[in-house]
Formats: sequence, C-alpha cells, structure tokens
Amino acid sequence: MLFRRNGRQKQNVAHLQEDSGPQVVIDVQGVAKTYQMGEIEVNALRGISLQIHRGEFVAIMGPSGSGKSTLMNILGALDQPTSGKYFLDGVDISQAGDHDLAVIRNQKIGFVFQSFNLLKRTTALRQVELPLIYASKAGNRHERARAALESVGLSDRLHHMPNELSGGQQQRVAIARALVTEPAIILADEPTGNLDSKSGTEVLRIFQQLNRERGITTIFVTHDAFIARHTDRVIMLRDGKIVADKRVESPLMAGEVERPSEMAELEEIFRQTYDAPRAEFT
Amino acid sequence: MAAFWESLRLALDGLKANRLRSALTMLGIVIGVTAVIALVSFGQGVQDFISAQFESLGSNLLFVFSSAPSGGRLGDIKLLTMSDAEALTNPLLASSILRAAPQFDVFSLVVSGRNEKTISVSGVTPAYQHVRGWEAQFGRFIDETDILTSARVAVLGTTVVRSLFSDGTDPVGQTIRINTLPFRVIGVMAQQPSSGFADENEVVFVPITTAQTRLGRARQRDGSYQVSFITVQAVSEAGMENAASEIASILADRHDVEYRDEQDFTVLSQSELLSVVGSITGLLTVFLGVIAGISLLVGGIGIMNIMLVTVTERTREIGLRKAVGARHRDILLQFLIESVVLTVVGGLIGIGLGFLASVAGSALIPDLSLRVTGGSVALATTVSTVIGLFFGIYPASRAASLNPIDALRYE
Repeated sequence: MLFRRNGRQKQNVAHLQEDSGPQVVIDVQGVAKTYQMGEIEVNALRGISLQIHRGEFVAIMGPSGSGKSTLMNILGALDQPTSGKYFLDGVDISQAGDHDLAVIRNQKIGFVFQSFNLLKRTTALRQVELPLIYASKAGNRHERARAALESVGLSDRLHHMPNELSGGQQQRVAIARALVTEPAIILADEPTGNLDSKSGTEVLRIFQQLNRERGITTIFVTHDAFIARHTDRVIMLRDGKIVADKRVESPLMAGEVERPSEMAELEEIFRQTYDAPRAEFT
Repeated sequence: MAAFWESLRLALDGLKANRLRSALTMLGIVIGVTAVIALVSFGQGVQDFISAQFESLGSNLLFVFSSAPSGGRLGDIKLLTMSDAEALTNPLLASSILRAAPQFDVFSLVVSGRNEKTISVSGVTPAYQHVRGWEAQFGRFIDETDILTSARVAVLGTTVVRSLFSDGTDPVGQTIRINTLPFRVIGVMAQQPSSGFADENEVVFVPITTAQTRLGRARQRDGSYQVSFITVQAVSEAGMENAASEIASILADRHDVEYRDEQDFTVLSQSELLSVVGSITGLLTVFLGVIAGISLLVGGIGIMNIMLVTVTERTREIGLRKAVGARHRDILLQFLIESVVLTVVGGLIGIGLGFLASVAGSALIPDLSLRVTGGSVALATTVSTVIGLFFGIYPASRAASLNPIDALRYE
C-alpha cells in the first residue's frame, strides 16, 4: 500500500546483475522538475541521473539557480519530480502521496539545516525525540534520543534549551535529531553556513566520524568548495544539469587543513572537476 | 490513542510557550461563559422569584377581568361591576366559591404634609384581607360600615408610610390627601416580604365605594359601578375547576353572552397566570442567554484570530515537523487540540466564575435565590468545546496544509 513493490524487485535484479560494490541507496533516473511561475515555465532540473551507494559522503555543489536546492528537496522527499524516477532504498517514491512522503521522511531521511531549526523552549532530549513522536513504533524513545545525543558528544547537555547552547552545540543537537531514526541517508543543507570556523570544523568532524565509523550515507548541499573537499565525492550542478561528478582524490580531515584563501580554493576545485570532464560517466 | 496524548502534550507545550497570549485569548471565552452562567441563573432566579410571589398571593385564587371577545372591541362590552361580584358569592349559584373580592384601582396623588407620592390607590372590600391572607398590623382594615358610608379612610402599606411619614410620626389617626380630598389613616398593613421588583408594600387601600365615587368615575349608564377585576377564592383546591365554570356561567348569564366565543371576560387561575408570567420571564432568560452567547461568539472569533497568528508565527516549526515526518493529521490534531484546550479550560474557569457570580448575586439580593443548574453547565461546556473545534479547524487545517519547503524557508 505504501511503496511500489515492483520498484524494489527491479532494483534487486539490477543488483544481481551488477553484483559489485555496496548497495545503492539513492537511484535517480532522468529526473526533471518544472515550475510554473505564472506564464513562464522554469526548468529547475533538466534530466538528472545519479546513484549514491550506502556509506558514501557526497557533496552536491553548484551556484545559486543551479537547481541544487530543488534536487535536495526531491532527494529529501519534500518534493516530487515532474518526470523521471527516484528510488530511495530500493523503493520508487517519485509518485508517492503527501502522507506516504511524510512516512518516508520520518523513516528514511534525516535533515540537517543551515539554521538548525530547533524548537524554541525545548530541551535537547525533546528535540531529538521529535522524529520518534511521529514514528509508528515509539519504543524506548528516551533511550534512543539519549544515545543519539551521546554519539554527537552532547550527553552532558540533555536538558539544555537551545538558547543555552552554542551554535555548534545546537547544530549537533540537530544532527542527533537526524540520526535518531537510523535513516537511510542524512541530508545536510549548508550545515556549517551559520557557524564560525571553529564550530564549523567541529560539526564537520562529527559528520565525517559518523560516516567513517558508522557508515552513515551523508549528502551535503553546499556552495563552499572547502567544505566539499572534506567529502568523498562532488557532484556539480549548473542550470539543472550535472556538469561534473567526481571522486575527491584525498578528502581533507576536519581541522587538518586551515581554510585556504578563496582564490586558491576556487582554482583547486576547478582543476579537480573541469580538467577531467565527465570522467566518471565514460 | 498514543498519538492523541502526544498531540495533547505538544498543544500544552505550545500554549505554555505563550502564557500571556494564551491567557488573554482564554479571557474571551472565560467572560463569555461566565456571562452565560451568571445571566441564565439570574433569569431563572427572577423566574423562580416571580412564581413564588404569585404563589404567595393567597390560595385557591381565580382572577376575573374584562376582556374583549375575539373580533370585538373593549369599548363595546359590559364591564365587570359590583353586582357581578355580589352575584359570584350567591351560594345557590356558586357553591364552589368562598369569597369574591372586587377591586377598583385609581392612579392618584397622595399627599401628607410636604411629602407626596403618585401611586395606584386600590379600592377594596373587607373580603380582600381574607382572600389575600393579609391583615392590618396597626389600627384596622376597611370594614362594612366604611363601604356603606363611602368613608374617606385609608389603610397604608409600610413603604408608603415610610415615604409619607418620614419624620416617624404614627400615621394612624393622621389625615392625608388623596387627589386633594382629605382621608383619615385608620391602619397600616403588615410588612410583606420585600421583593426588589414590584413592592408589595407600596399600596394605599380605601373603601371600594369611596374609590368608585370620590376618586374615579366608575358609574356606568345602567347605574352599576365598574370594578377593575375580581379576585375569587374557591372553597378548596379541588373546587377550582367548578368555581371557574360557575363564574363563567353566572357572568355569561348576567352579560347576555350566548356563545362561548362572545365572552366579554376572562377567568384565569393562579396556575394559568403563573404560566403566562412564566412565559414572559422565560423569554427574559432566553434573551439574557442570547446576549451572553454573543459574547461567547466574539471570544471564539478571538481564538480563531490568535490561532491564525500562532500558525503564521510557527510556520518554520510546522515546516520542521513536516520534514521530520509529521503527517497532515498530526499537525491538524496539534493545533486543533490547542484551540480546544483554550476554550475548554476557559469554559471551566468561566463556569467557576459564573458560579461565584451567582453566589454573590444571591448574597446581594437575598430574595433572589440564584442557582447554577446542571443544564447551563453542560451547555457552557458543550458550547465552548464546539467553539474551540469550529474556530480552530480553519487555522489548524491551514497549518496542516503548509508546504514543508515553503514553510522551512519562511522568515
């Protein structure tokens, strides 16, 4: 009733044929998104296809208007493509209704936002419990929330309100909230955008740690090339199309390297992505 | 069910986050419900009181007064006269009737020294005090001799005594002027329980013959004297119906009434009179209830207004909840419960205050026993819940229908 079973079957067959590498978590096939703005049709996405495997740490980059926010909304089951298919964890959700999308977001996706989006006057523990409130199986909510907070190093801040926490701590609460349902993917939209460099590094380190140690599939949406260099793979969007999809040769460890000057950073990322165009696709 | 408790908890958290606003919003409902409870109990108190007053008039009473038959004019009919009243006491024709007390009221100016008062002066017969069970406390009441001689004597109620003899002189034996004619005060009536509405003690009694000849013009063309109405006392409660039909047949005969619908008089029993008055005071209760209901409605609109503000203010929160998996119905329930909690808590406080108000009202007006009935409590609770649902559903469905992407981006 909830998901399309035939999607899962097709995917399993595909896996048997490939039988190589880890399981595909995100499989986007020819996704396009068109907005109707009055008389004008805006093509935010013009046929995107990509696969992300379990345990990957991916950055989606692109200038404003490139369609990266639209792609993130579709990947996060907040929005649906106009055409094309989107298999999340082997299930086609490109045609799911609002109710099903809510359930999918609850079970499969963890969001981390630039502006934290914590509830006012609510303790860290309650913030992290929030997704579990909307989950069908609510068992030992406290314990799971406590464990999630512990994994982001906030076990001593369980009963603090957001205004009693630093920006970095607030973002860590948000990460714990994203983690607590054990989702298939974590989607982070400019997670360090509102933080100073020290807190940003701290948050980045937690993401890397969760990715390396617990194999949590993480997708960053960012326009910050320095942040992108901390991930395993960079997907560049421009005008609603993928213009580059490349592995990061040697990902930086958070705190390992000082943020370089903007000029140098730009040159580096352009060298990596544009000098070997479409290498991954051939 | 678990979802419901969780929604309730979320709603309470939401209300606690904005204590002052919640309290002020609730105030509208509190005032509305207080008004409903207090005014309805006031209306019912008045109703009870007036009923009690009519019951205290005396027992087994019937009231006879002139009335135009349907389609007829009051000017064309034979008015009730003294001889009608006498005929009603004929034991051969009216075995169920114990007494008949005719009364003739004249609106007059009563003067004593420098004090004066405009009042309805009642011409009565000695039978009046027996019918009403009300006697003179000082001096004496009007007797047969006063009637026969059309004596210029008066018996005063205590309120009239207080206003005419404010210096404390004993009124009995004093002379007062009614419409410039001198009258000797021969007695003061016993104090009737005060009412606060029509003051039973604001009366001046004179012999009916005096009122008919000296104060008013009661003489008819046929030489008989008109009366305002006749109070008839039946021999027993069981005899009330017989008495009523005896009155009807005696008067029909005397007034040449051939058919029932040509009757130029009306006979009302105490219980009928009570139901007429009851329907009027019942209307008063409904009227007060409607006014209070309007204030409740205004309170409900206040709830809707504040809930709409709350939804707008918490757009980002709603977006976040949707992002982490809240479904349409989760958000709907959360905001609906918030508004219902506001109105139900407001309603309960209102019931408490309304109860206190009616207790205070009873203390201020001792004759009025105000009581809060279970009916008005049930009504107030139901209405405030319904108001919460009705005025909460629109803001809540607006919250639930928000697009999560836009809501998350909302500044």
